[in-house]
Amino acid sequence: MNPTAWLRNVVTLFVTCMREIFDESAYMRFLQQRRMRSSPEAYAEFSKDRAATMTRRPRCC
Amino acid sequence: MAKLSRILAWLTVAALGTLAVATIALHRGEQISAMWLVLAAACTYALGYRFYSKFISAKVLALDALRATPAERLENGRDFVPTNKWVVFGHHFAAIAGPGPLIGPVLAAQFGYLPGTLWILAGAVFGGCVQDFVILLFSVRRDGKCLTEMARDEIGRVGGFVAYVAVLSIIVILLGAGALIVVNALKSSPWGVFTIAMTIPIAVLMGFYVRRLRPGKVLESSVLGFILVILAILAGQRISQNATTAPWFTFGAPTLAILIIIYGYAASALPVWMLLAPRDYLSTFVKLGTIGLLAIGIIAWHPTLHMPPLTRFVDGTGPVFSGNVFPFAFITIACGAVSGFHSLISSGTTPKLIRRETEIRMVGYGAMMAESMVAIMATVAACVLQPGTYFAINSPAGIVGRTADTAVATISGWGFPVTADGMHALALAVGEQTLFNRTGGAPAFAVGMAQIFSNSLGGQAVMAIWYHFAIMFEALFILTVLDAGTRVGRFMVQDALGHLWKPLGRTSWYPSILGTSALIVGAWGYFLWQGVKDPLGGINSLWPLFGICNQLLATVALCVATTIIVKTHKARFASVTLAPLVWLIAVTFTASWHKIFDANPRIGFLAHARQLAAGAPSHEVSRLIFNDRLDAIVTGALVSLVTLILLESAWLWIRVASGSQKPVVSEVPFAITRFAEEQG
Repeated sequence: MNPTAWLRNVVTLFVTCMREIFDESAYMRFLQQRRMRSSPEAYAEFSKDRAATMTRRPRCC
Repeated sequence: MAKLSRILAWLTVAALGTLAVATIALHRGEQISAMWLVLAAACTYALGYRFYSKFISAKVLALDALRATPAERLENGRDFVPTNKWVVFGHHFAAIAGPGPLIGPVLAAQFGYLPGTLWILAGAVFGGCVQDFVILLFSVRRDGKCLTEMARDEIGRVGGFVAYVAVLSIIVILLGAGALIVVNALKSSPWGVFTIAMTIPIAVLMGFYVRRLRPGKVLESSVLGFILVILAILAGQRISQNATTAPWFTFGAPTLAILIIIYGYAASALPVWMLLAPRDYLSTFVKLGTIGLLAIGIIAWHPTLHMPPLTRFVDGTGPVFSGNVFPFAFITIACGAVSGFHSLISSGTTPKLIRRETEIRMVGYGAMMAESMVAIMATVAACVLQPGTYFAINSPAGIVGRTADTAVATISGWGFPVTADGMHALALAVGEQTLFNRTGGAPAFAVGMAQIFSNSLGGQAVMAIWYHFAIMFEALFILTVLDAGTRVGRFMVQDALGHLWKPLGRTSWYPSILGTSALIVGAWGYFLWQGVKDPLGGINSLWPLFGICNQLLATVALCVATTIIVKTHKARFASVTLAPLVWLIAVTFTASWHKIFDANPRIGFLAHARQLAAGAPSHEVSRLIFNDRLDAIVTGALVSLVTLILLESAWLWIRVASGSQKPVVSEVPFAITRFAEEQG
């Protein structure tokens, strides 16, 4: 693989990782599933949907 | 030819690792470069991952590339989502790496850099990584069940109950210890208090931004939050230097403790999106960035370790916390070596994201290796300090005296020279009034980190900025754990109370929310208050108690893992989990025994209570005696519960091994994966 392609892959992977960690991907999946467009109302619904999972997620010491 | 090259490459790694470990272990009387620790860690982890984890994957767990995972079978786009292995790795690492691997190694550095480093390396490769790896796989094969459910299904009802109590206890004691670290880092520090106070409106603003202005743009809001935090650090310097504003943000330990308790209660009861979620995002953003920066800083500066490999305090007379190197070094460093808390994450969110079984090795074993590397970096940060400086910061006033002169005389008398002028100059350099008696590990880590950063970037002129960045990073980290931990504890209590009366189990019913939040905050607030009022600094009692709880939880997790291995007719490989289990039993039970019954009042809770009872009676003394007895009862109760689970497990292993009981495992049946065509 040439270095440029390799670097592009690494950056893509990094961005994907960040988007997953910061729940942006989860929000996109939520919009796709519900066939909704991004809006304050849609995000409020996503937050409500997500709250139960998020607050039960343990964080280590 | 390629095979020969590979063999030669791994022999070189092994030779380099041996050389690095030998240099760390055998050098006496001269200082060594921190790079030896980094090299030893890199080689040990590489060998552990390549050979030991591969052996476990192939022989013990038999990872199956064709078996569908719950993320695939139960995919719902919400909890169960087949995710790229590197993304799961990042997610898992972000969840397991907390303040523990930073604080524990700093405290254990009182023994010298050698015991902590060897324990971090061996503990991670043979214990912590193995625990995280096997629990993650067993949870994946049970549709993402949590540790307490697996303990109940595989061992019995006692196992489930013990796991529940251990988890709740560890959460309460962890939160108490964490809050105490924040209090000790922020007391008499207007700069630190201002910066941390500002993170609350910043988080609220982030919540508003991501909910109203740019829905869903969490990364964007985190970058914005980070910039605002940096501005708050810069403004904090001005605030602390202004005679009018500085007193507004200057608090003693008791006031800070009350403020944190009020904050914890409010954060637990507020809507998630308003404070918890944005703060969690901000903390993760700062955490990942800072850990990366620290690694770059250590490599760029490659500092010399000033701490000797072993100090005189291996005999148990240390000022930071009391107790011999065995067992106390091994409970002081939990996260970074073996942490039972990880088993909750390995059986929580992560198993629901795993796409293929074969990727579990990298996520479970690999992410713990990365956390262990963070612990090595914390050891470096503590040991680049002059030992006299390290002890001046970390020793409580009850041991070294209340004035600078008595403290430097005591510490210099131990053979670690330090001067009052030198400490004053260092305090000025980092923008503090004093650095004496700043127990808890966080200030010492911040000074070490500031030295590493300022030597790699910006020079001495920006040391104060780096110090307060480090303090902000640690406090933000711990307060996020406090927010999230209080809620997790609250849900656990609500789940249990729901069995008694249904409305109490409803997580949206406000009387239940307020009541259970008060219960959890009251519990950790009590331990915090106890620590603040402790003349020995609190950490001496609380951190070992936390370490014991954490390692006891690891004991429960390894019991569950060993039981499943025995039940699946792999008893000949049970030593993989049995060996770290036996080690942890030796460590935790010995430590518990010392903490309860040791005749030295600086170690044993009961001896300390007796010593106090022999003195002049007062209300304060009665309270301290009560606290000592309570700590002894908590320790004794946890050890008794874990003994029960050990006995129940051992009895089960014997019956299964002798053929008198038919082993029943609760794995979900095999289903073929749709990803079978993919390589790997």
